[in-house]
Amino acid sequence: MIESQQAVSPVFGRLTLEALPLHEPIVVYTFVVVALIGVAALGAVTWFRLWGYLWREWFTSVDHKKIGIMYMVLGIVMLLRGFADAIMMRLQQAMAFNGSEGYLPPEHYDQVFSAHGVIMIFFVAMPLVTGLMNYIMPLQIGARDVSFPFLNNFSFWMTAGGAVLTMLSLFIGAFARTGWLAYPPLSGIAYSPDVGVDYYIWGLQIAGVGTTLSGINLVTTIIKMRAPGMAMMRLPIFTWTALCTNVLIVATFPVLTATLALLTLDRYLGMNFFTSDFGGSPMLYVNLIWIWGHPEVYILILPVFGIYSEVASTFSGKRLFGYTSMVYATVVITILSYLVWLHHFFTMGSGASVNSFFGITTMIISIPTGAKIFNWLFTMYRGRIRFELPMMWTVAFMLTFVIGGMTGVMLAVPPADFVLHNSLFLVAHFHNVIIGGVVFGLFAGMNFWFPKAFGFRLDPFWGKFSFWFWVIGFYFAFMPLYALGLMGVTRRLRVFDDPSLQPWFVVAAFGAFLILLGILSFLVQVAVSIKNREKLRDTTGDPWNARSLEWATSSPPPDYNFAFTPVVHDVDAWWDMKQHGYTRPLAGFRPIHMPKNTGTGVFIAALSVILGFALVWYIWWLAALSFVAILAVAIGHTFDYRRSYDIPAAEIARAEEARTRLIVAGAAP
Amino acid sequence: MSATPHPDPHAADAASHGGDGAGHATLRGYLTGFVLAAILTAIPFALVMTGAIPDRQATAIIVMGFAVVQIFVHMIYFLHMDARTEHGWSLMALIFTIVMVVIALAGSLWVMYHLNANMMPGMPDMSQLP
Repeated sequence: MIESQQAVSPVFGRLTLEALPLHEPIVVYTFVVVALIGVAALGAVTWFRLWGYLWREWFTSVDHKKIGIMYMVLGIVMLLRGFADAIMMRLQQAMAFNGSEGYLPPEHYDQVFSAHGVIMIFFVAMPLVTGLMNYIMPLQIGARDVSFPFLNNFSFWMTAGGAVLTMLSLFIGAFARTGWLAYPPLSGIAYSPDVGVDYYIWGLQIAGVGTTLSGINLVTTIIKMRAPGMAMMRLPIFTWTALCTNVLIVATFPVLTATLALLTLDRYLGMNFFTSDFGGSPMLYVNLIWIWGHPEVYILILPVFGIYSEVASTFSGKRLFGYTSMVYATVVITILSYLVWLHHFFTMGSGASVNSFFGITTMIISIPTGAKIFNWLFTMYRGRIRFELPMMWTVAFMLTFVIGGMTGVMLAVPPADFVLHNSLFLVAHFHNVIIGGVVFGLFAGMNFWFPKAFGFRLDPFWGKFSFWFWVIGFYFAFMPLYALGLMGVTRRLRVFDDPSLQPWFVVAAFGAFLILLGILSFLVQVAVSIKNREKLRDTTGDPWNARSLEWATSSPPPDYNFAFTPVVHDVDAWWDMKQHGYTRPLAGFRPIHMPKNTGTGVFIAALSVILGFALVWYIWWLAALSFVAILAVAIGHTFDYRRSYDIPAAEIARAEEARTRLIVAGAAP
Repeated sequence: MSATPHPDPHAADAASHGGDGAGHATLRGYLTGFVLAAILTAIPFALVMTGAIPDRQATAIIVMGFAVVQIFVHMIYFLHMDARTEHGWSLMALIFTIVMVVIALAGSLWVMYHLNANMMPGMPDMSQLP
């Protein structure tokens, strides 16, 4: 076993005052700004006496809608952090020419690109996707909540806990300098003896618990809690894609957990799974992490395909073209996503037969994906298209994603990959599919479903600003990287020798700046919408004349979602109900049985963060203590028998009456 | 603790598979499973400890065979799985899991064999070391 150089104190482990990065001015300024914002936020919450409200109505809530919104807030806050990393990198790469070292020292720059990847995937894309699934899916299937409401709250807080631990690394110690997948031997204890990789491991393990449990929860919900009449082939497409995504989560996240656990054993107990000697194999880590890693990108993109499907059919005023083929394409992608992982390491040295097999399976994936693109196009064909914001994002996606798909097929050809591997071409490709696919779709989804969640639409004026800045910014930021990659520039470089490359990087930095304006416009859009909420009010519950069940209830939906469980007769259940002159029942309400809020999820997640922090810093007594405390809280929770309550019929009648008044007021000129 | 979404399908669920689910969860079933699991663990352990079969590879294959049988014992007696539980969803999940595990294991073995053969030519085969 390789002993760490530092002394480990029995009380503080290896945590000393040295861990505070006081010698790095950039980090100190960041800390000051973050601390000021944090103090201001906490102060405001205290001043307006919101702690009790937040605790009772949000933090401890087991309502899938509130948990969904909390996921979205987490994702957007972390987007700001992840984007700050991005623009720092673009700035560094645009500056570091002609002998200039740029402004980021190497050990800091390496942390920035590692943190950017980790945060954007795990703490931006995953929470935003999970948040939308959490909010919308139960409404789409006519359910009152998910199958395991407490587990849902717990999953959210574990995800948030992982984010907190990752953010802590910015100010106490350092983050990993290994890239977002922490390949050994670099991530082994011999080459990364500091706390960076440990923050990475425990941050992901804590968040991974949340993701896995949330996956189990949502799969169970879709299988067990559909409204009567909703056969599998009548599920809304978004719910179908959510099902496939959560099946992928349940099947693959354990692989990530196990792989990171083996790396942990290497680092903490001197084992040799992934070391270069004593029979270990770093290549095995790469193999295992991509068995999780490739399905992970489909975990992100599949629900977003579902969003585009809902948006395309709603705003074209038509049923989705090829519903059945869309379902089968989604299922085929789910299976195929397991058969392609090696394309991430064609160059590692497998033989021709292995590389050709995985090259061909990768190319095959483009067939169901292409089928989906045609389905959306034919849905729009001869539709009465309304170019509202969600539809604009969808069209931008179709144009952009096709480019990303084609460069993906290029990378799937092993000989081409030998040239392009680890180059900026690859970086441009995966940003093309993740921004052009996942992020555009998330914005489409947020603009589409925001009125459902809050009762008023998002302001279209600022939304269009955000849209154009994002789309144009994306092309400015990443098309130069394609060109640079073809010229042979590798990724993660900090300084450059060849001055002729600089203009490309300056253009890319300009693109990142446009995306910054896009993000700011989005924040302004939300603020302006809150200010003008009366003008943007959705009184009907169905502002877009949409098709699936979530639009059958009020905006925002009541705690119980539906006073009476809807009965489904067709795909596009709500559209079918509207065509057949559905009238809302106004009497005969019965009490509704609902789950009760609990703080257990918050407590266990907080203790998990302490456990993770203790393990990172080798503070063994604290680790043991917090682990025991987690068990105690979890066992204590099982003795809590008061977990549900009934909403009385009179209260439901009052809520439904209020909705009737709102609809009447909205219909009046 | 789940929020009962709609009383009717739930009641139907309970009526249709509640019966066969309960049929397995008996003390007798658990005891049978426990005894079988114990035997299936003891035999491979004894084979390895005593070295009853001189050929090591044959021992390894037999141990793996017992492991497969063990998996089925767990699924039948502890997880109460058969083709009818949960309207066939359990069986479907099982088939999916087997497909995924076979892909991951067979794929990894194939890939790692290639990588080892191509990239580690000078390395001694670690499994042959004492």
